[in-house]
Amino acid sequence: MNWTAIWSIYRFEMHRFFRTLFQSFLSPVLSTSLYFVVFGAAIGSRIDQVEGIDYGAFIVPGLIMLSVMTQSISNASFGIYFPKFIGTVYELLSAPVSFLEIVIGYVGAAATKALFIGVVILATASLFVDLTIQHPLAMLLFLVLTCLSFALMGFIIGIWAKNFEQLQLVPLLVVTPLVFLGGSFYSISMLPPIWQKITLFNPVVYLISGFRWSFFGSSDVPVAVSLMAITGFTALCLGIIWWIFKTGWRIRA
Amino acid sequence: MAAILSISDLRKSYEGGFEALKGVSLEIEEGEILALLGPNGAGKTTLISAICGIINATSGQVLVGGYCIEKDFRAARSLIGLVPQEINLEPFEKVINSVRFSRGLFGKTRNDALIEEILKKLSLWDKRDSQIKELSGGMKRRVLIAKALSHEPRVLFLDEPTAGVDVELRKDMWEVVQELKDNGVTIILTTHYIEEAEAIADRVGVITGGQILLVKDKDELMTQLGQKQLCVQLAGPIPEIPKALADHQLELSTEGDTLIYTYDTKGERTGITALLNDVAAAGLQLRDVSTRQSSLEDIFVGLVSGGQS
Ligand SMILES: Nc1ncnc2c1ncn2[C@@H]1O[C@H](COP(=O)(O)OP(=O)(O)OP(=O)(O)O)[C@@H](O)[C@H]1O
Ligand SMILES: [Mg+2]
Repeated sequence: MNWTAIWSIYRFEMHRFFRTLFQSFLSPVLSTSLYFVVFGAAIGSRIDQVEGIDYGAFIVPGLIMLSVMTQSISNASFGIYFPKFIGTVYELLSAPVSFLEIVIGYVGAAATKALFIGVVILATASLFVDLTIQHPLAMLLFLVLTCLSFALMGFIIGIWAKNFEQLQLVPLLVVTPLVFLGGSFYSISMLPPIWQKITLFNPVVYLISGFRWSFFGSSDVPVAVSLMAITGFTALCLGIIWWIFKTGWRIRA
Repeated sequence: MAAILSISDLRKSYEGGFEALKGVSLEIEEGEILALLGPNGAGKTTLISAICGIINATSGQVLVGGYCIEKDFRAARSLIGLVPQEINLEPFEKVINSVRFSRGLFGKTRNDALIEEILKKLSLWDKRDSQIKELSGGMKRRVLIAKALSHEPRVLFLDEPTAGVDVELRKDMWEVVQELKDNGVTIILTTHYIEEAEAIADRVGVITGGQILLVKDKDELMTQLGQKQLCVQLAGPIPEIPKALADHQLELSTEGDTLIYTYDTKGERTGITALLNDVAAAGLQLRDVSTRQSSLEDIFVGLVSGGQS
């Protein structure tokens, strides 16, 4: 393993993030606050409690997941798409680094940024509502796994994309709907029975459910299933990436 | 000396079937400077890209320092530095960070003294904290060179390094190249400019249509260039060269009306006076006398147009 190279890529990517640290910090704080104003105050005043939890607190895990997932994807996809776009990818390809090392560097950096944003949202949210996290370690595990697996997915999208439109397409058409319909802002038990069934095909449901369990100790689906789902998803992304790099698909002509 | 780079029967077909390299074989000695000359689209960049791992060759083998570029890619690529033809740089990054990044990417530990030395040599030290987008085109090209040098390559590829660089800096650049050579670095550069190849290379390779047409010692080429021809046009055609002129080793043109005398401009005596005297003595009438010298350009153009037909 060329750890120096991994560290260089990681640092280089993080550097981009630090250049715009203020923006990176401000936007999640702002959007979280807005969500609390809209969902917490407006809707929360009508819903009051979900499964015995204050609605304001109930939406916190979903809010974090929503941002963390979209951030992981956009960071990682942009991170690898940009060198392809401006041509600096030549350096990665000609360096004595394996694809695994490139992935670790880029995905690691993208996941770190998303994790940072997740933590900022959690901190912001705790200013609005009372939060006790029942299983902090599990919470962290879910958060990190989500950051990693979605950054892996973002990396794939970044490799696949041939232009900026495509770069936006998958997050817009696939991920955002899945996340919004994945129970970020409601419990699945609140849905009509038929939708409860359909929803189970949405992989995001398992992530949010497991993450919510780590906060409140209750969940829509068993925690073990959630863990299996996210592990399976990570494995799938890793498999695709392994294939991409083996074939040089869309990187090496 | 041993070959540090050995290319055998390298082929590359791009998607869509276009064959950009048609079986290139080439051996490059450690410590030499090879200039690859060729017209646009000859396959110079494709060749370099295949060696450096930017593209996958369709078939053939490349060894760098004895390491196969596929099986031992780490060992092989560690030896290689690449200055690409296109200016591919991260616009918002600072010069020094970009150069440091290159070193790290090649797995080398940080060495600020070395990077300072490189940047100073390339007159970039003052610009080290500038964002790359604030630099001029020639400066950007030098950043690319600095990046390639930062990881101390043993084999350096320069793909048209002087495109867009002014005369002054071009000289500086050749000094850097010469210094690298003195330190034992092998250098392969591509160029369209024959003077550039003449000025710096030990050997010159000519490539066109994805094939190497010739690889020759520059000095050998220069000797050919040092030869000049004197054409003595006669008033009328003659059937053969008169016996009296046999000592001069002349050629007769196909029309039979011109005597061609080849001589070395660097020789102490050209023998022209004696020749002209003997021609007059043989009773031949002269219409005109002219000289011509073949330049590397002539050889090059001849080869390239020959190769394409
Ligand atoms: N990615 C690609 N896909 C298809 N064809 C390509 C690709 N890259 C290069 N070619 C073709 O391969 C041939 C060789 O290109 P190459 O870039 O190697 O030429 P070159 O000798 O470097 O030319 P120049 O002096 O203009 O830089 C050209 O005909 C070019 O059109
Ligand atoms: Mg080229």
